[in-house]
Amino acid sequence: MSWVGRSIRRLEDPVLVRGDGRFTGDLKAANWLRFVRSPLASGRIVQVSRPEGADVFTCAELVEVKPIRPLLHKFNYVPISQPVLARDVVRFVGEPIAAVVAATQEQAEDLADRVEVEIEPMRAVVGMQDAIAAGAPRVHGEAADNVAVDANFKTPGFDVAMASAHRRIAIDVRSHRQNALPLEPRAAHAAWDRGSGRVTLTCTTQTPHAMRTAIAELIGMGECDLRVIAPDVGGGFGQKMSLCPEFVVVTWLARWLRSSVAWLEDRRENLIACFHSRDQRIALEGAFDSDAKLIALSADILANVGAYSCYPTTCGVEPLMAMAEMPGPYDVREYACASRAVLTHTCPMAPYRGVSRPVITLAIERLMDKAAAAYGLDPTDIRRRNLIRSFPYTSATGLMLDQASYVESMDAAVKATDVAAFRDRQAQMRAQGRFLGFGLATFCERTGYGTPAFAARGMEITPGWETVEMAMDPSGSIEARIGASPHGQGLRTTLAQIIADELGTSPHRVKIVHGDTDRTPYGWGTFASRSLVIAGGAALLAARKVRAKLTAMAGVLLEAAAEDIVLEADVARVAGTDRAIPIETLARAAYHQAHRFKGEVGPGIAESATYDPAGTFSNACHVALVEVDVETGRVILENFLVAEDAGRLINPMIADGQIHGGVAQGIANALLEEIVYDDAGNILTATLADYLPPTACEIPAIEICHLETLADASVTRAKGLGEGGAIGAPAAILNAINDALSPLGVSINEFPATPRRIRESVRAGAQR
Amino acid sequence: MTEKVDITLNINGRDYAVRVEPRRTLVDVIRDDCGQTGTHIGCEHGVCGACTIILDDEAVRSCLMFAVQAQGRRIRTVEGLADGDKLHPLQTAFMTHHALQCGFCTPGFLMLAVNALETNPDMSDDEVLDLLASNLCRCTGYQNIIKAVRSTAAEMRRARA
Repeated sequence: MSWVGRSIRRLEDPVLVRGDGRFTGDLKAANWLRFVRSPLASGRIVQVSRPEGADVFTCAELVEVKPIRPLLHKFNYVPISQPVLARDVVRFVGEPIAAVVAATQEQAEDLADRVEVEIEPMRAVVGMQDAIAAGAPRVHGEAADNVAVDANFKTPGFDVAMASAHRRIAIDVRSHRQNALPLEPRAAHAAWDRGSGRVTLTCTTQTPHAMRTAIAELIGMGECDLRVIAPDVGGGFGQKMSLCPEFVVVTWLARWLRSSVAWLEDRRENLIACFHSRDQRIALEGAFDSDAKLIALSADILANVGAYSCYPTTCGVEPLMAMAEMPGPYDVREYACASRAVLTHTCPMAPYRGVSRPVITLAIERLMDKAAAAYGLDPTDIRRRNLIRSFPYTSATGLMLDQASYVESMDAAVKATDVAAFRDRQAQMRAQGRFLGFGLATFCERTGYGTPAFAARGMEITPGWETVEMAMDPSGSIEARIGASPHGQGLRTTLAQIIADELGTSPHRVKIVHGDTDRTPYGWGTFASRSLVIAGGAALLAARKVRAKLTAMAGVLLEAAAEDIVLEADVARVAGTDRAIPIETLARAAYHQAHRFKGEVGPGIAESATYDPAGTFSNACHVALVEVDVETGRVILENFLVAEDAGRLINPMIADGQIHGGVAQGIANALLEEIVYDDAGNILTATLADYLPPTACEIPAIEICHLETLADASVTRAKGLGEGGAIGAPAAILNAINDALSPLGVSINEFPATPRRIRESVRAGAQR
Repeated sequence: MTEKVDITLNINGRDYAVRVEPRRTLVDVIRDDCGQTGTHIGCEHGVCGACTIILDDEAVRSCLMFAVQAQGRRIRTVEGLADGDKLHPLQTAFMTHHALQCGFCTPGFLMLAVNALETNPDMSDDEVLDLLASNLCRCTGYQNIIKAVRSTAAEMRRARA
């Protein structure tokens, strides 16, 4: 019986439900740190006071620490430097200016409150269109027009195709700024070891090795002298994958103080000064032929990336992903795109679940619905005419889309929804003055991509591969050490399922070690729907090597050919016979009685494998049924359905959990959550009561149906699916709202579609 | 405000004699001074509920109280839910229904729901939903938390019948 494909309980859970998880904030420290942050969006630092009794550190003390300066080698990237503590000028509200150290958290807060920062205000630029307007103040002197990435793409036949259009349909979409909002805010604890001079940094990160590399380089220490531990981490969703300056300061201070020092971010700091996302405008135009087939697509993308460029992806991550993946699951050969990263005096942007895809999916799915209306087609008909059906498919931007089920997943979603019955009910309700809407979003999600994908983006650092080191110790226990760094995804369980099948054991006997640079091979962590595909693939390859070793050993001891040995139920057996030996006995012999293998097999059981795949696209169709109260602008989500294809499901329970969580964040993005700045660059949404994350009452029951396309692009046949839920939901919901409002002749193409925005568009329609 | 006072907190049946500043919140003292780190801090303004504990017979936000206010009252935290190796039925239900992912909000949800199951064992499905809207979870989309609590409520009703 196979473990893969079964919804076994997670191996992570017993510790967590007892409250025995170990999070960064649980550690004690000799020193506590509080940051003094900028109250202004733009200004020149005149003076930082040093109250009596306060240990205050500024850029003057940290003068030898290099600024954060990630690199891109393409797309007219302007390298931007971010000092870990502001130097001379401040560029966003919340930027750290000074660090105050005291024996307790409370004392550090008290002292930090007494630090006075004198700043000469300068003109701030907050919105991206203001930032690129002539005469706008420059956020960084080196970036003229405040443009940090200026990318352009055009296929040779684009102009001809565009000119030959039967119809051209245009749409402008806007997504407002959001915060990934993991429930555990950031935290860091660095401890200097007197004996070795090493520092152990325990922190809330998704990428421990990348943090080690970056921090060691900025501080000027050997990587071997820095150990980074990601213990239990309370969610990340991308926000914890980038380097934050605070972690550099904490590490530097542990060395400076020759002691331990800790920092706990509070929620206000998280909302104003941790990374933001999704602040984009897209103008999209599609050229369709007389059969409503999309023949050319043009996109103009602006991404407000804030004041600095995030490490390691750079601020190109949103505009460049949007440019490369805009056509999505649709077959369109001619494409032109201009995509810019715009600097403003706001909190820096970094990846958040889905990165640009919730926004580009909104754009192209709104375009499809608008085109369907223009051609008098049903939304599913126009998609059926345009979805890619034959694989592998090389996109206009050169992406290789592997075997998938774009049409089939839409058909499955529509069938499960019973659209005909809904349309009847919708018509009846409209007669009663109520507005119901149906919306769908079809999309593909690039997952598990290796180094070539990042190289194509021109990144100096190209994350991609993963290594898994696997050992069976003399007691027969299996340990797999991985470079991925799960923080809620259940990877300990799913990798154990994959390994257990290969080695004829049960997942409970497989221990997955992660999140400690002293214990695990170099790797890239957990983000971009990559871990199950890449670390899972490497785990499978390593397990095959361990299996080969075990069968070779059993072959010698049982006097049979290695290929005749099967591993099952913790026993190595000559197939079809009762000649068998417990795997535990083999493990013991491998270390303690190596002589028994007569030199044919070497001692010990330790293997390693690396996997660097090209990438694999999962896909889904989301369907939302809504009712819009046109008097109040409230949107009630009646039903939400996901038909999704992530290839082989290793643990269906965990896969469903990832979809639920992603969809909930997508619903929040679509209807509720928004970071609001005033014109001076102050954040007006600095508590959870203002930012509006959803509660259980805002998320309806989510129905899921699975399709399983087994593509060769992934060695386990599993595709990633961590982000998909968040990608499709906003577009499906916006399409449903627009369907509901269609009798009023109005539309809304921005998220979150708050009651105020819906009322504005309803009022605008009434005035026409 | 920085003058310390002596108080005794009773957490999960055990007394902790601590010396704290009166301004310190209950959650900080439970975690830092009493070493019970299962109770988490997510926002410190009473919105997220990660710090929910049971105080006497009420589920409360321990970030919105001072430790000195809890003197002489019975405090229950997630560490006290299991009876040795035997988990509370709701802890088991959370595992069975995959009601947790990163596990950071889990202690708060468990304490919120355990208190409700004890004080109002006949909660309807709608009441469960209403109750769970008190706390925030960022990973699960709430689907499986709702399932776990509803199924435990139903199981407890069956056991009583």
